[in-house]
Amino acid sequence: MEEDRRIAAAPRVPVFRTVNLTKVYHGDGNDVWALRGVDLALEEGETVVLLGPSGSGKSTFLNILGGLDQPSSGQVFFRQQELTALDDNALTRYRRDHIGFIFQFYNLIPSLTARENVALVTEIAANPIAPEDALALVGLEARMDHFPSQLSGGEQQRVAVARSVAKRPDVLLCDEPTGALDSATGIGVLEAIEGVNRELGTTAVIITHNAGIAAMADRVIAFADGRIASISVNKERLPASAISW
Amino acid sequence: MTALNKKLFRDLWHIRGQALAIAVVIAGGIATLVMALSAVESLQETRRAFNEQYRFADIFAHAKRAPEWAAREIGAIPGVLRVESRIVQDIIIDVAEMGEPARGRVVSREAGGQSRLNDIVIRRGRDLRRAHPDEVLVNEAFAEAHGLQLGDVIHGNFNQRRRALKVVGVVLSPEYVYAIGPGDVVPDSRHFGVLWMGREALEAAYDLKGAFNDLTLTLAHSVAPAQVIDQVDRLLAPYGGIGAYGRADQLSDAFVTSEMEQLEHIAVVIPPVFLVIAAFLFNVVIARIIQADREQIGLLKAFGYSNMAVGGLYLKQVLLITALGILIGWLLGAWMGHAVTGIYRDFFRFPFLHFQVNPGALAISACVGIFSAVTGTLSAVRRAVAIAPAVAMTPPAPSAYRASIMEYLGLARFLSQTARMILRYIFRWPLRAILTVTGIAFSVAILVMSLFFFDAANRMMEVHFFETERQDMSLTFVDIRTNAARSNVGALPGVLMVETYRTVPAKMRLGHREERVAISGLDGHMQLSRLVDVNGRVVKPPPEGIILSDKLAQLLAARVGDLVTVSALEGRRLVRQVPVVRIIRQYIGLAAYMDRRALNRLMGEGDIISGAHVLSDSRAEPALYAALKDTPALLGLAVRSAALETFSEMIRQHLHTMIFFYLAFASLIAVGVIYNSARISLSERARELASLRVLGFTRREVGTILAGELAILTLVALPLGCMAGYGLASLMVNLFDTKLYRLPLYVADSTYGYAVLMVITATIGSAWLVLRRVASLDLIAVMKTRE
Repeated sequence: MEEDRRIAAAPRVPVFRTVNLTKVYHGDGNDVWALRGVDLALEEGETVVLLGPSGSGKSTFLNILGGLDQPSSGQVFFRQQELTALDDNALTRYRRDHIGFIFQFYNLIPSLTARENVALVTEIAANPIAPEDALALVGLEARMDHFPSQLSGGEQQRVAVARSVAKRPDVLLCDEPTGALDSATGIGVLEAIEGVNRELGTTAVIITHNAGIAAMADRVIAFADGRIASISVNKERLPASAISW
Repeated sequence: MTALNKKLFRDLWHIRGQALAIAVVIAGGIATLVMALSAVESLQETRRAFNEQYRFADIFAHAKRAPEWAAREIGAIPGVLRVESRIVQDIIIDVAEMGEPARGRVVSREAGGQSRLNDIVIRRGRDLRRAHPDEVLVNEAFAEAHGLQLGDVIHGNFNQRRRALKVVGVVLSPEYVYAIGPGDVVPDSRHFGVLWMGREALEAAYDLKGAFNDLTLTLAHSVAPAQVIDQVDRLLAPYGGIGAYGRADQLSDAFVTSEMEQLEHIAVVIPPVFLVIAAFLFNVVIARIIQADREQIGLLKAFGYSNMAVGGLYLKQVLLITALGILIGWLLGAWMGHAVTGIYRDFFRFPFLHFQVNPGALAISACVGIFSAVTGTLSAVRRAVAIAPAVAMTPPAPSAYRASIMEYLGLARFLSQTARMILRYIFRWPLRAILTVTGIAFSVAILVMSLFFFDAANRMMEVHFFETERQDMSLTFVDIRTNAARSNVGALPGVLMVETYRTVPAKMRLGHREERVAISGLDGHMQLSRLVDVNGRVVKPPPEGIILSDKLAQLLAARVGDLVTVSALEGRRLVRQVPVVRIIRQYIGLAAYMDRRALNRLMGEGDIISGAHVLSDSRAEPALYAALKDTPALLGLAVRSAALETFSEMIRQHLHTMIFFYLAFASLIAVGVIYNSARISLSERARELASLRVLGFTRREVGTILAGELAILTLVALPLGCMAGYGLASLMVNLFDTKLYRLPLYVADSTYGYAVLMVITATIGSAWLVLRRVASLDLIAVMKTRE
């Protein structure tokens, strides 16, 4: 019920728009084309899954959206702002204010506790959730003062999720968030992402190799050879808990 | 505290061993700088206060017998502030508890009154009283050396008459801070004392009523001493003036100056070595940390931390380590300064000598420390800043090992698998290998340089006491004796051999350069006192011409064949041109040598001697000493065994403390460099080494790979370090080159041996510390986590 209402009410304002996005890596003599002219618009509040084989360009695409990388040519707009026109400092601000990242390998700072890893982000955010609340959101209220090495893989990834959402980002960019996790733990992480999307209205972009995960998306975009191969719209989104692999 | 700062401190704690090693190297440089600059400042300040308060003179002049009005004329020279005439006389002193006679210098003092110049500080007892002509004040060092108490009586030979002298006071004087006897190499307070006596008593003893034989004066500021010295010389020439000189040539003051210059040289040479090494360690260690932190750096940037915040994170680590180093350095420097000042308190007799840490030195050292640390780290930090956030998110490509020179030469097939891994790793990071080798080589070099000071001092001692001055004692006569006195000396008990000599004070000029020097006229046989060239060959002065010591030749810019103008400062004061026939190397003082008969001809005099070198039978020593104490014509006596003992004692006391510091620091450098190098190599290869362990290599075999690398780097560094050490030694020789002494550039084989041995020990110790970690490599964790 709730799902249906939300999808129906989803506003159709693009949060991201890319125009003929191209990325070339110049190697020793042979250039590698990671992106070959991608045109795409992502809507506010939608959940998008990017599928595709290794080297298809989806990670590069995600990195460019997140302001981690610059395209070789083409344009990227975040709402009204052209990202490709920003300098390094402005991109830093952009990431700080709008973007949350979740990575396959959690990338927690080993020398900081769960709470401190989250605080790392909330301290520089404009309108954050308290680290404790963010950890509670992912069910880790009892493990807040543990160091990453004292947490299981799933717990570490949930800290990473808490860390990403704690600043109330406009967009959550997830690169293989379940790649290193077993099915049950992975689903827990997906539930956390889903919850954030639902409760905070955060746009979520998830890269995965796992086609099963596509079922929880509003749209599924398949990449191949640096281009968009197909876009499909899920009429019915499955809740993360209903997914299995 | 922010999460970022927490990370900072935890990361720092994680590398505490390496951080401490670097901090200690920094501390070495800072400590040396603080010690040297503060000690110079303390010495300078103490000397300034002492000289000012007790009116140390600017110019000193000696004559034979000048009328009092000559002093008044000198006082009228423009620029002269105050003049004081006095009587200064060298005598033989007999201290009851000592078998051999001692030499003394008696200085006149207005009884009960304050001297106008070169006043004394009475440490014990009281000043002289009028109408007590036999009262004396003695310098503190001499009093201490003999345990003299107030009221004790010593004897002196005054103008061929023995007199009992009652010690009424123990004093210090700015003129005898470093009380070195005439012709001595180091101060020997047992055999040389300074006495102050009532002026009238000395006038009577030396028939100098209304006259003087010594004069000192002070100058107004901004008056150049050279002009006044010329005028004083002109005025005193008719009265047997032997040439006035300024503070720069006043022995005691010149030695204090020379010591301060040494400290300044140390401050210039040593700290940079430490700080360069610290900069290099920072560069290597921080570069490695940044390499390992790539993902975290990318993450922070992805979160929106600015370049400044990320770069600052590493810069702050460096600054914290540096701050620790500076703090340790300050404390260590203050402690070393106290120790060094303690030595100076024995050498230099100041009424007070407080070591004070100079705030300027603290500030300078901190700036220099921070500068070197930041310089060392900047490139690594810049690399961290330059890491693009996306690049940081991907794992680094596996280290690109390439075929190296080893493969090209086809050596690989002769090497074991382990040896190949070691060598490939070294060639993979050639710059780091070079830096490590340089660091280790520097520690060898500092060790060699430190120990070189012993070698140089010992060599100096060997040359002086065993190759050139081989007589048991040298006698100086009150007046110039005809050679007939030779037989009188020969007749003294226990005398086996006599060699006479003549000394003439002279000014030597070549072009516009001029030096005061004593010309020694030597007898031909030279069995006892000899001239020896660099190659150890005995050199005999030719019948004509003059031999100059190298330093004198350098000061005069004289070469063999040049004609120098010699102005004798005694007798008929003839001025002659003499050809330089040879230049020989000498380490102590300035010297010129001629054949004694040639010198006598130059003086326009007959067969004259001023003293004799003596070889004596040690069994007859007591009788000889007794006879000498009763020889009224004796003006001075230098006993070789005593001088030798004093010299060794000085080396022991003075050098030991300083060298202990350097040895400690050099070892710390070695440990700092080697330990850091090993830790980095372990952290970089933890995966590789763990893989080997998983594949079935034993701990020992894996350890060999790490240890082998260290061993190779150390072995390459050792010979380079020995060469660099020789280079540093020769730099020291150039820096420690004064009129007073030079260091022989002589590094003993054993010095290289010790240096090499100490660095090998440091390598083994560091390797052991790191190899213990091989045992605790977490095989599973290392295999699981992404590189």
